[in-house]
Amino acid sequence: MNLNHINYMEYLPDMEILQSDTLERVLSGVAAYDYNQYTAQDVERALQSTSLNINDFGALLSPVAQPYLEQMARKAQLETRKHFGTSICLFTPLYIANYCENHCVYCGFNCHNHIQRAKLTTEEIERELQAIAATGLQEILLLTGESRTASSVEYIGEAVKLAARYFRNVGIEIYPLNSEEYRYLNQCGADFVSVYQETYNPDKYEQVHLSGHKRVYPYRFYAQERALLGGMRGVAFGALLGLDDFRKDAFATGLHAYYTQKKYPQAEISFSCPRMRPYIHNADNNPNDVHETQLLQVMLAYRLFLPYAGITISTRERAGFRDHVVGMCATKISAGVNVGVGGHEEEQKGDEQFEISDPRTVDEVDTMLKERGLQPVYIDYVRV
Amino acid sequence: MSDQLILGGHAFDSRFILGSGKFSLELVRAVAKKGGTQMVTLALRRANEGGTANILEYIPDGVTLLPNTSGARTAEEALRIARLARAIGCGDFVKVEVIRDSKYLLPDNYETLKATELLVKEGFIVLPYMYPDLNVARSLVDAGAAAVMPLAAPIGSNKGLATKEFIQILVDEIDLPIIVDAGIGRPSQACEAMEMGVDAIMANTAIATAGDVGEMAAAFKLAIEAGRRAYLSGLGRVLEGQGEASSPLTGFLED
Repeated sequence: MNLNHINYMEYLPDMEILQSDTLERVLSGVAAYDYNQYTAQDVERALQSTSLNINDFGALLSPVAQPYLEQMARKAQLETRKHFGTSICLFTPLYIANYCENHCVYCGFNCHNHIQRAKLTTEEIERELQAIAATGLQEILLLTGESRTASSVEYIGEAVKLAARYFRNVGIEIYPLNSEEYRYLNQCGADFVSVYQETYNPDKYEQVHLSGHKRVYPYRFYAQERALLGGMRGVAFGALLGLDDFRKDAFATGLHAYYTQKKYPQAEISFSCPRMRPYIHNADNNPNDVHETQLLQVMLAYRLFLPYAGITISTRERAGFRDHVVGMCATKISAGVNVGVGGHEEEQKGDEQFEISDPRTVDEVDTMLKERGLQPVYIDYVRV
Repeated sequence: MSDQLILGGHAFDSRFILGSGKFSLELVRAVAKKGGTQMVTLALRRANEGGTANILEYIPDGVTLLPNTSGARTAEEALRIARLARAIGCGDFVKVEVIRDSKYLLPDNYETLKATELLVKEGFIVLPYMYPDLNVARSLVDAGAAAVMPLAAPIGSNKGLATKEFIQILVDEIDLPIIVDAGIGRPSQACEAMEMGVDAIMANTAIATAGDVGEMAAAFKLAIEAGRRAYLSGLGRVLEGQGEASSPLTGFLED
């Protein structure tokens, strides 16, 4: 099938369709979200609330909340302590393949970019896993580019089975699957699924996802629900902040997580907060720019709206930023990261998706956490 | 005078059970000591035998381990976690936590009861964490629980005795130790629960989020002891309304 110019709101033949109204609820919520209508009083009310509602969340994401960042941070730190104590989970990602069939205009892995493509063999995966396990980590996130052909579900399943031999907690960040395929990977040993919508604005989504399965917006949107129906314990949400209007995308991400958890109360939910970096010297030109201030505002709003949700801080951010947000709002941090294909034990086989800004080892991150009075947690999960 | 807490045939002088999940591990030992606690809970999901930051290595000697089944969503999962805990040497005590709600972390009483039945049959000393419901508590007694652990408020909320009336009913009606678990935010609330006749207090967040965790543990110890002594000595009556009438309504009777 020619996947160019397919209707981005229509499912392709093999894609499972759920009876769910979450998409409508999120889209209608975002459509009604006008962040310029909020006042300082709305922000103050949200900051005084002990149980924030959707309107409070909208206020905290609005421009008028920016001068309240310090108060938000203080409240967020208290909430984080109440729900997570001093615990900060450590993990590392392992890219096992970077083949991709999607044409996403913003992504280094996209199928029209001439990068070094690679896929690790079973033996190579095992050597990488051994090298990572030797650092003491117990949690791993397996990643692939989005290619069903090059990285089949069976291939990923074998990688998950291997990972489960060396790690107590295995997550996956791969292309969206049907619920039965998630069930298969769950049985192989994975229990957590990350899928990022990138942008929730359907028009923008269409513009930047030119071809490939990823172009189908609703199939991607319902990946978390299918994962939970497939037996996964937890799901992660995220928008690529800065791709479109970051305030609306952050609001949509929060609603997506909120409605999903409401529908599946047992689900463990978490957020990731990747951003597109603004061009230097262009700070005043684009209201969509996500500087550190805006990124922190989003993370704090997530924490205050859903205080029980996990928040992972990306390796794309600099050490000085990461060190300050752990314990304040973030609850999970990667360490010893290499975002090329392989590269922990083997020589790197394929190119990176993005540049990391924090190259510290597991020991270095462990030391940093302890110096900040936080407790590095290598495992907080038991498979039953 | 001996006033010991008896759980599954084991006697404890301390009525303060310390949760460990929200602490920096280096602090657990000192906090347990300052709080005079003889029992520390730990989540099996945090046990990392042979690995880094293994919580088991930070529990002081002489303290009884109370592993919990955190992470279990069904009775069967709780059973499997308890077996794992026993297999790595955590002993026979187990605190049942069966939770199917990631937002409030409220216990599922139905699955908790089923888990208690299963675990008692396997010889565990079972302390079920539950929402304070008298009927379920009675069933837990029948199932062979060693104590009942009702929540005071949502875990981590530090909101105190939000379920006070229902805990009082359990204290009055259930012939097992009642251990208030979750929600206690300050020593005065722990003291109040003990004055009500609760047998022991479990706390974690209230201490872990304090400015000086050791001092807060010591404060909890004193509050729990004060509440216990007040309960044992018999609280003075509290006059309701406008006080005692000087002209009683029943003063006309001539027998």
